[in-house]
Amino acid sequence: MARITLSKLRHSYYPDPKGPDDYALKEIDVTWRNGGAYALLGPSGCGKSTLLNIISGLLTPSEGRVLFDDNDVTDLPPDRRNIAQVFQFPVIYDTMTVRQNLAFPLKNRGVDEARIAERVAEIAEMLEVVPMLDTKAANLSPDNKQKISMGRGLVRDDVNVVMFDEPLTVIDPHLKWKLRSKLKELHQRVRATMIYVTHDQTEALTFADEVVVMQEGEVVQIGTPVELFERPQHTFVGHFIGSPGMNILPCEAAGDRARFQGHEIALEGPVTGSGGTTVLGIRPEYVGIGDTGIPAQVTKVSDVGRHYVIDAQVGDMTLKAVSEEAVPEKGASVHLAFRPEQTRVYRDGWIATEARR
Amino acid sequence: MRTVNQRGWFFVLPVLILVAFNALMPIMTVVNYSVQETFGNNVFFWQGLDWFEQILRSDRFQAALGRQFLFTAIILAIEVPLGIVIALSMPRKGIWVPVCLVLMALPMLIPWNVVGQMWNIFTLPKVGMLGYFMNDVLGVNYDMTQDPLAAWITVVVMDVWHWTSLVVLLAYAGLVSIPDAYYHAAKIDGASSWSVFRYIQLPKMKTVLTIAILLRFIDSFNIYTEPFTLTGGGPGNSTTLLSIDLVKIALGQFDLGPAAAMSLIYFAITLMVSWLFYTLMTKDDAG
Repeated sequence: MARITLSKLRHSYYPDPKGPDDYALKEIDVTWRNGGAYALLGPSGCGKSTLLNIISGLLTPSEGRVLFDDNDVTDLPPDRRNIAQVFQFPVIYDTMTVRQNLAFPLKNRGVDEARIAERVAEIAEMLEVVPMLDTKAANLSPDNKQKISMGRGLVRDDVNVVMFDEPLTVIDPHLKWKLRSKLKELHQRVRATMIYVTHDQTEALTFADEVVVMQEGEVVQIGTPVELFERPQHTFVGHFIGSPGMNILPCEAAGDRARFQGHEIALEGPVTGSGGTTVLGIRPEYVGIGDTGIPAQVTKVSDVGRHYVIDAQVGDMTLKAVSEEAVPEKGASVHLAFRPEQTRVYRDGWIATEARR
Repeated sequence: MRTVNQRGWFFVLPVLILVAFNALMPIMTVVNYSVQETFGNNVFFWQGLDWFEQILRSDRFQAALGRQFLFTAIILAIEVPLGIVIALSMPRKGIWVPVCLVLMALPMLIPWNVVGQMWNIFTLPKVGMLGYFMNDVLGVNYDMTQDPLAAWITVVVMDVWHWTSLVVLLAYAGLVSIPDAYYHAAKIDGASSWSVFRYIQLPKMKTVLTIAILLRFIDSFNIYTEPFTLTGGGPGNSTTLLSIDLVKIALGQFDLGPAAAMSLIYFAITLMVSWLFYTLMTKDDAG
């Protein structure tokens, strides 16, 4: 187990990158502590798999270093990094039994038989696959196959990091939840550093202590699930995380006020910087519906179970609000109140207000 | 519940008729000949299983059958491993893929009799390039028209040249269907390249290899045109394989009864060995 440091990491698939657009992974600089649970979250093609492959050693970065504790592993091949990886599609050795599958990584490293048997028994018990140890791995269901490929990573007690590359993609929905909590439980038991790559915010936020949100090869925010929700550093984080995502409304901003559709709105604090395009960002959870505030027209009300999502029209913009109580009818005239400490301005995508302490 | 749609039979009917005319009826004619003796004029005498007994007891048939099994065993032993090795060394992506595939497919596109003629001219001493090179440049005595061993080597090399591609292409198809994640996982698990072959590549190639081995068995067991045009079964009887012998008996000696019996025995052996191969190679799949 190890602390992982990514230092000034960049990667381009072109031999001679010209501009920032040629980089599949723009500069990332981060340290992950030993034994932590981390997630890389972003849409397809955002560079998270590139980053994962760099950490696992399948790819050598164009620039920057990868450190496990204080060892520079940037140029080491995957088998010398002592890592484990679980892939999107379960990788199992079809012709072997479950037991042989679990023993394989140890056998390849010349571990003695008694120790192998001991570790396999331990991991099989942890993964709850003891009854199927002697069946052929090819005959297992996808979720059990995925457990076995996870087991092959955990069976080595010296792994530096266990990586998961969208491991729940092919798992049936009702088993997804089960396997996800199993993962969390495993992390608490083995205390290995784990990195989980996904495009599913629920998976990332439930698994990780800290989430790295990526977009187009760029890290837009690193933070705890709460931080990502409460104070998105970028409009992308705002609308990618949350359901529904943050309202992003074109506005003009000056001082600690913004003008949106002719209405003056209080912000969390003074606006920083100048120029560019500014937008107002507020999560639907912080848009209140009441008797005072900005007048709006309700255009749609959706019952999503725990709460209602209300679409309201202000001028020519539609925004969403979340309410848990009795809600207005479609077509009703309402007033919207934005909670000031949760109302921010973003300039060219990045946060441009200072929070008042 | 599934409803059974009887109209499906109409789709099968044309094939059934075709097969009846070009396979079932001829084979019944063969069966007819195999149990009777005729001296022409459509006069037949009942012969029972005499022809079968005569064929099975004859040294000539046994020798041809032995040569046939030897030939098939040699070419399978060469073409299957060689095909796998070539498939493994072919690039998996990039501009060389189509080049390799076309090069591999070329020998198979050449008509069988042309292959025989090509190799005949190629290997004739004095005339052919290889024949000249072996005899006059290297000084090795190589004459497939005189020396049975040289004839055998030539027939085997010709078949390897003509048909290894089939194994290569099928094995290659199996290989490219393996997702990259398998190779990555193997690397992370510290697997040696032998382990990668043994536990990933070979299992994934198994189905296509089964097909390749079956096709190569059937084709090589029934081979006729290439050795016939190359050596004509000689020198002596040394390369007279079963099919060549069969044609000699049927059309050379016009012994239609024994020839019919022989072709039925031949057919039965081909069928049995194919079934045996298939059963052996697919028996673990159920487990």
